[in-house]
Amino acid sequence: MANVISDETIEYVGILAKLELSEAEKERAKKDMGEMLDYIDKLNELDTSEVEPMSHVFPVNNVFREDEVTNGDGREKTLANAPARKEDTFEVPKTIV
Amino acid sequence: MSLLNLTAVELGKKIKASEVSVTEAAMAAFEEIEKKEEKVNSFVTVEKEKALKRAEEVQKGIADGIYTGPLAGVPVAVKDNMCTEGTLTTCSSKILSNFVPTYSSEAVLNLLDAGAVIVGKTNMDEFAMGSTTETSYYGATKNPWNTEHVPGGSSGGSCAAVAAEECFYALGSDTGGSIRQPSSFCGVTGLKPTYGTVSRYGLIAYGSSLDQIGPVAKDVTDCATILEIIASYDKKDSTSVKREDYDFTSALTDDVKGLKIGIPRDYFGEGLDAEVKEKVLAAAKVLEDKGAAVEEFDLSLVEYAIPAYYVIACAEASSNLARFDGVKYGYRTEDYQGLHNMYKKSRSEGFGAEVKRRIMLGSFVLSSGYYDAYYLKALRTKALIKQAFDKAFEKYDVILGPAAPTTAPKLGESLDDPIQMYLGDIYTISANLAGLPGISVPCGLDKNGLPVGLQLIGNCFEEKKIIRAAYAYEQTREFTHSPLTE
Repeated sequence: MANVISDETIEYVGILAKLELSEAEKERAKKDMGEMLDYIDKLNELDTSEVEPMSHVFPVNNVFREDEVTNGDGREKTLANAPARKEDTFEVPKTIV
Repeated sequence: MSLLNLTAVELGKKIKASEVSVTEAAMAAFEEIEKKEEKVNSFVTVEKEKALKRAEEVQKGIADGIYTGPLAGVPVAVKDNMCTEGTLTTCSSKILSNFVPTYSSEAVLNLLDAGAVIVGKTNMDEFAMGSTTETSYYGATKNPWNTEHVPGGSSGGSCAAVAAEECFYALGSDTGGSIRQPSSFCGVTGLKPTYGTVSRYGLIAYGSSLDQIGPVAKDVTDCATILEIIASYDKKDSTSVKREDYDFTSALTDDVKGLKIGIPRDYFGEGLDAEVKEKVLAAAKVLEDKGAAVEEFDLSLVEYAIPAYYVIACAEASSNLARFDGVKYGYRTEDYQGLHNMYKKSRSEGFGAEVKRRIMLGSFVLSSGYYDAYYLKALRTKALIKQAFDKAFEKYDVILGPAAPTTAPKLGESLDDPIQMYLGDIYTISANLAGLPGISVPCGLDKNGLPVGLQLIGNCFEEKKIIRAAYAYEQTREFTHSPLTE
């Protein structure tokens, strides 16, 4: 395997991804990511030095529209999905210590 | 009288002619669901009471001239990644196990405007990440042709439900083949439209630059009819395209004279099952005998599509799935210390293994120091793949090949080796990268009695050419129902 993923990399990517992996999951992730990157390295066979990255297949620009309210008050329905609510707000753990 | 053998369009005609009531049509679907769900598991949610109430409304709407379209009153199933107001929408994930959307996706609204009766939400690979429908938190869906085999994925539930006649048609979504590959495995017809044709508003995003909603049905006529209903320009989707043509059913003509069909040699090499190859080439011969000009050519770059796809799709997924944090909706872990621990634990407990694998890979390829080497490299490769198709479509109207290299594998054989599973999408993925429309049409059975799918790919906005070729091919084929429907 050409790509060896270190413990540090998995820790770092876990922070970016906001995932807390178990020790077994970390080992598996190291192996899977290494294998996938080996496979993805196949792209290096292609000379793309003269090619622009294509994010969209059609030539589209940013699409703007007026910020007009078209729906009604959906507060109750929206809050009904909240894992925890406090009156008319979403309840979360303390964020400012 | 059994309604079950009818296509969606045929049933719609009978409803319009008052030969069948909307309630009778819905009940026919629910009887099948009650008989078969235990074996097939196509659905995450079935809403009988709501659907029967809706059936009465639609019946009245037809009488009042509100619903005049060809599919008014016909029961439909919707993949569980499309938001449905007031109905549980899980994406087959634990993290959305309690999510009831406050609005419906645009494609679903278009269906409802056409008088559709939604019978339920279909099972899928979690967040549409998978090729077998085995990564669902709600258990695997089974292939109605042989329940020891997978239905394909990620729209496996939609395709199995149509094959098992638990509904008359369904909506799926296709990011790397998720409509066409399971349609192939389940012996149904599935179409992925040109990117931007069907609004993605309310479709829970996986890879936004690749995702596209499309129809799954019993035949090509149904697919064209459904596409006419769900396709629309939508201001709420910034990548929605205002098309010049929406009259897809006008292409349902049994005439391929002069149509130029290219067969990429690269689609018939190593890894392709011999029986699949034989059936697909036999279908090409049918079209040639009907007057199409068929020739082989080299498409090139085929082996680079999958690695480019996984970089792009996982990168987009890692960003799209950042919204699932246990704050405003969805699963929240029970024990936590502080906000960040709550995020991490909710996500780690809420997502399955394949989803975590892709979020990790996506986060890595977007991270500082790797972005150019992986993400931009993949976007440059995508540009080259698009160029290869542009070149091919200068010569050909339609590209013909298999939808998948094999027929449906057995349950439990795919997930241990992700790369091997990803290789199963080799013929479908490049159409997503290049934004092209593609259709999978059943073209025979292998020696084990499992369906083979013929794929036809068109240039952007040229759905009509693939519909025309698929329809012409279909006229020579007897429709074969899956054994569970007998």
